[in-house]
Amino acid sequence: MNTTAALHDVQTLIVVGNGMVGHHCVEQLIAAGALERYRIHVFGEEGQRAYDRVHLSEYFGGRDAESLALSDASLYEHPGLTLHLGVPVLEIDRNRREVITSKGCFAYDKLVLATGSYPFVPPIEGAEGHSRLVYRTLDDLDTIRAAAHQARRGVVVGGGLLGLEAANALKSLGLEAHVVEFAPRLMPVQLDDFGGAALKARIEALGVGVHLSRATQSISAGEEYRYRMNFAGDECLETDLIVFSAGIRPQDALARQCELALGPRGGIAIDEHCRTSDADIFAIGECAAWNGSVFGLVAPGYQMARNVAAQLCDQDAEPFFGADMSTKLKLLGVDVGSIGDAHGALTGARSYRFIDEATATYRRLVVSADGKQVLGAVLVGDNSYYDTLLQYAQNGIKLPADPSSLILPHSEGAPTLGVDALPATATVCSCHNVSKGAICSAIDSGCTDLAGIKACTKAATGCGGCSALLKSVFEHELTARGVAVDKGLCEHFAFTRQELYALARVENIESFEQMIARHGKGHVGCDICKPTVGSILASCWNKPIMDPSLVPLQDTNDTFMANMQKNGTYSVVPRIPAGEITPDGLIAIGAVAKKYDLYTKITGGQRIDLFGAQLHELPDIWAELIAAGFETGHAYGKSTRTVKSCVGSTWCRYGVQDSVQMALTIEDRYKGLRSPHKLKFAVSGCTRECAEAQSKDIGVIATENGWNLYVCGNGGMRPRHAELFATDLDDETLIRYIDRVLMFYIRTADKLQRTSVWRESLEGGLDYLKAVVIDDSLGLAAELEDQMQLVVDRYECEWANALKSPEKLKRFRTFVNDKGADPDIHFVKERSQRRPARANELNLIPVAEIAR
Amino acid sequence: MSQANALTMDMPQTQAWRVVCARQDLVLNSGVVALVGNTQVALFHVASISGTPQLFAVENRDPVSGVNVIGRGLVGSLAGDLVIASPLYKQHYRLEDGTCLEDPALKLRTWPARLAGDVVEIDVG
Repeated sequence: MNTTAALHDVQTLIVVGNGMVGHHCVEQLIAAGALERYRIHVFGEEGQRAYDRVHLSEYFGGRDAESLALSDASLYEHPGLTLHLGVPVLEIDRNRREVITSKGCFAYDKLVLATGSYPFVPPIEGAEGHSRLVYRTLDDLDTIRAAAHQARRGVVVGGGLLGLEAANALKSLGLEAHVVEFAPRLMPVQLDDFGGAALKARIEALGVGVHLSRATQSISAGEEYRYRMNFAGDECLETDLIVFSAGIRPQDALARQCELALGPRGGIAIDEHCRTSDADIFAIGECAAWNGSVFGLVAPGYQMARNVAAQLCDQDAEPFFGADMSTKLKLLGVDVGSIGDAHGALTGARSYRFIDEATATYRRLVVSADGKQVLGAVLVGDNSYYDTLLQYAQNGIKLPADPSSLILPHSEGAPTLGVDALPATATVCSCHNVSKGAICSAIDSGCTDLAGIKACTKAATGCGGCSALLKSVFEHELTARGVAVDKGLCEHFAFTRQELYALARVENIESFEQMIARHGKGHVGCDICKPTVGSILASCWNKPIMDPSLVPLQDTNDTFMANMQKNGTYSVVPRIPAGEITPDGLIAIGAVAKKYDLYTKITGGQRIDLFGAQLHELPDIWAELIAAGFETGHAYGKSTRTVKSCVGSTWCRYGVQDSVQMALTIEDRYKGLRSPHKLKFAVSGCTRECAEAQSKDIGVIATENGWNLYVCGNGGMRPRHAELFATDLDDETLIRYIDRVLMFYIRTADKLQRTSVWRESLEGGLDYLKAVVIDDSLGLAAELEDQMQLVVDRYECEWANALKSPEKLKRFRTFVNDKGADPDIHFVKERSQRRPARANELNLIPVAEIAR
Repeated sequence: MSQANALTMDMPQTQAWRVVCARQDLVLNSGVVALVGNTQVALFHVASISGTPQLFAVENRDPVSGVNVIGRGLVGSLAGDLVIASPLYKQHYRLEDGTCLEDPALKLRTWPARLAGDVVEIDVG
């Protein structure tokens, strides 16, 4: 078919539903080249682009709608693809082949229904408003959040998977959460009685009330709380809000209206090609019923989406013959896993069980009558056994002689099935149907890092449950191919940053020349190793970075002690410790900014950034700032930046400690400390946490009894909450712990590795860090403190140091042979300040201004 | 060096070597910038194993950003070539001939440079 003919053949494809499955179908369609043959219209009832419903409860843990979105908005900007959000499809006219929406009629040639499901709410007298909430969409979550505003207690009706997720959501809203379940155990579909009991014990230990075998008959006004739930048998429970999560029902209303065939228990009936009773209409995901069953997990929905996308593009499609409903979850922080025939319902199935009532841990292994194959499993409390068991079950791998060894506790952790035992057909990622073989071919076609494998195969980008398995398959395969992972810094050093740091310490190396002569190749280095070694030398010995031997090592920002901006000018940030500044200080900064016509902006770290200074202006600007009592803020360095603070007990009626004083102490101690990456701190004066300390490398939050220390948080591109490291510390201990944590980080982190990534790479995790810092398990504590003290004692404002030396100031000349400014730098005024001129503004600038 | 690659300036073509700054204006293993006519020239003085530092003169304008910052980049060696890394977007250019390692379409102009007693000269002929 030539291109012209193809143009005439363009058909219209309509996808109804922009949930996870509908979205996946669109992605697969685009990948299969569907836009060459279809105009695609996608209709979504909700106002948001498809988002990750699996991780919905994280919406209350700080994630917003955009971060839950499954794709960039740009995906839907492909020509020929139109996304209609907030536009429900009202009717389907199969005779005219049209869908009817509130925005008009749209004709289709092919139609894909991905309308999902809706929460089932049993008819209960008195259930309305806040006593009839549901948990499915972001809008539902907003409603729950609003209802929780003045509530103390919340109840979830339904003790299944979604019900426990909802209970977690209520808990993270600060409510006392209760779960009411009709069945005699939690998660009746996935767990057996013992598993349900272990899960109940663990959840109750978290402070969540669990009420089993309760049938809610009516809801009336409460006495202590807003509502009273009346159960069969005269029992009751009072609460301020009720969330129903008692199962889902396929959203098949459109199919009913246009008279497509339905499954016996609802759902749009489909065959193994996801075809409905109308050959031009497909149904996928939770709205579809194959062989009478609806599949309420994302993986089978994705499987159907792939199938339909392939068919629509005339490609080989893998038929859908049901799906494995195995799941691995973390519910309220408790590991729960269910594989295959968890209830041992198949003929002749026999079970092995391990029950630990002391820690509420349970494992059950269901094997075939001949004892050779795994049929199913139940796990509560420890999912580290899951991956291996799933591989046994899915790939029919022959059981070891003693199958119980697969679930019994081992001193060295859960038994693992060597990844080399997996056949090439073994599924590693079930969300995106990626086999071990696909990963191997990605490696063979040149992917040599994990990120590349994920981008190329999409493995571990769905629910993420297979990340650990993917990593071990990847590493195993790389090793098998004889690829040694090169950890050297660059072509000049075959050492890691950590190794070079140790060499600098042990051999007292104080210059790059010494380092490269003894341990490197050549004598010049490059823009990777020079700043890295420069940073190591500064962390160890804290000599002024303007020393002649150190200057050539620095990136331009460190060399000129200012931050280069896009037009080659610099920004200047004086240190404003703890964000505390006098009126005179403000006026002094204002006067400097005015004199040099600098664009002025308040930073996120409670300081003031002055933009637009040329190289030759920096010394004059700093001379004036230093005369007014300021020091360099090190905004240009991989070093201590700011210590943000709230106003604390001095002014705030809630404050319990003097957070400003502590922030001043910390900033004064660590200013000038060079590290593998920048360091941000904050101190909050009470648990309200106005200084946002939990998003910092080092966060300190006041308590009635002292200070809680949080470590290794991060904002920015990859936010990470800092972890609670120690509680109720006195001032002295707090500083001691921070000394040790920071010096241990400087000693062991990779180049340009923030504390958050460093912490995640620490084997043994937070407990290991606590052992090193608090229990001194490595016997390093005193040494770390001494090393920090040396850095503290040698502190000197780098700008004050530079201004004392005419030789150093010679570096700050735009031209060595001319006193003029760079004639190619142009500014324009915007909102009463100047900013760099854009390329298209350059020819509009009057000649007079150019001559400035 | 070819005529096409040479700097056009308001000076007689017969005078090939031109003094641009003093020897003591140079910074070892780093760059400084001189204004030559209307052209900004970045000068790099790089130590060598033999002991005599090498001198390079390249265009100060970064072709990616159009901003005059090359003289403030970091000197290094990559695969045997001495290079300068642009401080803005980190492309590497060979000091010898101005070729960009990441993108062959990009190039810095270069001039022969030498020390003559206490002064630095470049060949603009």
